Amino acid sequence: MVRFNMLLLLIVVVCALGAVTSQHRARKLFQALEGEQERVRQLDIEYGQLQLELSTWATHPRIEKIARDRLHMVTPDAVGRVVDNPPAKPALKKGGR
Amino acid sequence: MVVRRRPQRGHRFAESPVLQLALQGWRSRTVGLLLMLAFAALVGRSFYLQVVNNDFLQGKGESRYLRDLEISASRGKITDRNGDMLAVSTPMKTIWAIPGDARTMSGEQKKQLAALLDMGTRELDGKIAPDKTFVFVKRQVPPETAERIAGLKLPGVHQEKEYRRYYPTGDMTAHIVGFTGVDDKGLEGVELAFQPSLLGRPGSRTVIRDRRGNIIEDVGALKPPQDGKEIRLALDSKIQYIAFSQLKAAVEMHKAKAGGVVVLDAQTGEVLALANWPTYNPNNRESLSGAQLRNRAFTDTFEPGSTLKPFTAALAMEMGKFRPDTVINCAPGRLTIGSATISDAHPHGALSVAQVIQKSSNVGVTKMALTIPPQEMWQMFDSIGFGQVPQLGFPGEVTGRLRPWKKWRPIEQATMSYGHGISVSLIQLARAYSVFARDGDLIPLSLLKVDQPVVHGVPVFSAQTAREMRVMLEMAAGPEGTAPKARVPGYRVGGKTGTAHKLVDGAYANKYVSAFVGFAPISDPRLIVAVMIDEPGAGQHYGGAVAAPVFSQVMGASLRTLGVSPDAPLQVADAAAGKGRL
Repeated sequence: MVRFNMLLLLIVVVCALGAVTSQHRARKLFQALEGEQERVRQLDIEYGQLQLELSTWATHPRIEKIARDRLHMVTPDAVGRVVDNPPAKPALKKGGR
Repeated sequence: MVVRRRPQRGHRFAESPVLQLALQGWRSRTVGLLLMLAFAALVGRSFYLQVVNNDFLQGKGESRYLRDLEISASRGKITDRNGDMLAVSTPMKTIWAIPGDARTMSGEQKKQLAALLDMGTRELDGKIAPDKTFVFVKRQVPPETAERIAGLKLPGVHQEKEYRRYYPTGDMTAHIVGFTGVDDKGLEGVELAFQPSLLGRPGSRTVIRDRRGNIIEDVGALKPPQDGKEIRLALDSKIQYIAFSQLKAAVEMHKAKAGGVVVLDAQTGEVLALANWPTYNPNNRESLSGAQLRNRAFTDTFEPGSTLKPFTAALAMEMGKFRPDTVINCAPGRLTIGSATISDAHPHGALSVAQVIQKSSNVGVTKMALTIPPQEMWQMFDSIGFGQVPQLGFPGEVTGRLRPWKKWRPIEQATMSYGHGISVSLIQLARAYSVFARDGDLIPLSLLKVDQPVVHGVPVFSAQTAREMRVMLEMAAGPEGTAPKARVPGYRVGGKTGTAHKLVDGAYANKYVSAFVGFAPISDPRLIVAVMIDEPGAGQHYGGAVAAPVFSQVMGASLRTLGVSPDAPLQVADAAAGKGRL
């Protein structure tokens, strides 16, 4: 009887330790998860800031200024343009002046 | 140790003579009773704690390790139709203080804080002087600066997360996008119009924290945060830039007071660009004036002048009284109705209906208008959206002025036929032209990107009339018309000029509004561009000279940007260059 009781006690102790360990591990994992989620948030914020920076650099006035002043680009005039699909036929018919 | 009185029965527990003294019986009973009472008190107390007061204590206990965390949600972005950012929120910090605690800072600490916050020590002292429990020291502090302030570990100085709105495109899109106040509340433009869907709803979660402040477990229900919805406008930032820069150049060149440009997609009813001048920088809103803030295209009305003539002519044709080649005698360039005389800027002889539009003859249009019953004319103006709110949901939209037809006098009907005595906003005028750009039907406008455009709008004119009017409007923008400067190389364009005297205190003053509304390409109209220049002051004021060149530039560049195939030979503008033709 005493032996059986001792065995039960041992089992109870082992189970208790197991519960403690798994709880501890769960918390560790949870913290790791929490850390990663925080990183996701941080990266999300950084992404937003980079997007903002990108759109600030890519504003049309800035691009035009660089194209005109630094790269000396010009809008082609009619002479420099080639149209690869000629004016549609119905257009010519309709335009009866 | 419990002392119990027992009779001596030869046991020798100790040799002490004290123990051999006999005690009176009442003493032991008293001690026993006291012990019983103490025990009863314990039971009572534990009953009180465990049963009666349980909830309170449970709550107190949880408050030691449970925390409610707020999960912040950000305001939705506003982008253009291609996904380019127009407004975006980034996290910032608010620095606040409990003045009583903050005043214990040392001089050195104060100096450091003031330097980081970019303010003087005296200013900082002023902020923490009042006897309150909460003061803002500075709002919208960049996160890096806030981190350095947190590193200083100052007494009584705290931080809180907030958002700041940035507008990368700045003054270019200021009027349409609008802006928000410091508490993320939309105050103008789309920011105000779409406030409910842009707004984010913060979520919350309940967690258990350990001694070191780490979150170790989620308990209870998680309420996920809802970020504000992203609003995708119909705006095309390239076309917006073209419209804005051309408008700005024109207003400066003509020393005008203000101006506006609206670009519409004739097929979908989307507002592709809406530019106003003067404007402001939404990222830095110090020293703003009402004139800068006004979105003129929506909130200001003007007398549209000759830009209304095509509607009168179309209605006259629709009623079967006129054909494009019906000849009207416009000599001698004057027409007297009652006590008033209507005159043309340049007297004409006999003109066909098409030529009346081409040359913009007031007399010709008036003669057409006088054959139309007032009710019919009112109905036509009403059905093209005049006198009604454009229904875009934009703050401050105006109806314009269209008086009820029963009160019209003949002279009024005559002046209305060429756009006086009636007032419209630029957006209304641009929309009205969609009946000619399309086959006579009017579709609703949209500020947001449209995925499934309305195919058939509300019919106003027949397709036949719309087609005939397109030809007339092309003539008006041709070499013989009032606005040869509206031409765009490579495309057939049509449109109408308008030059209206401004009403100042109820009388026509020597100030003008120059306008041009048109569309292109004529073979299959894609874009409608409306230009309005308010009070050009550099000598010229005719719509053909002031507004038409802006139209030409905006239309040409926008069509090329959209990749619309040219429907005319390229050398329209420069007749000398024959090489451009394929």
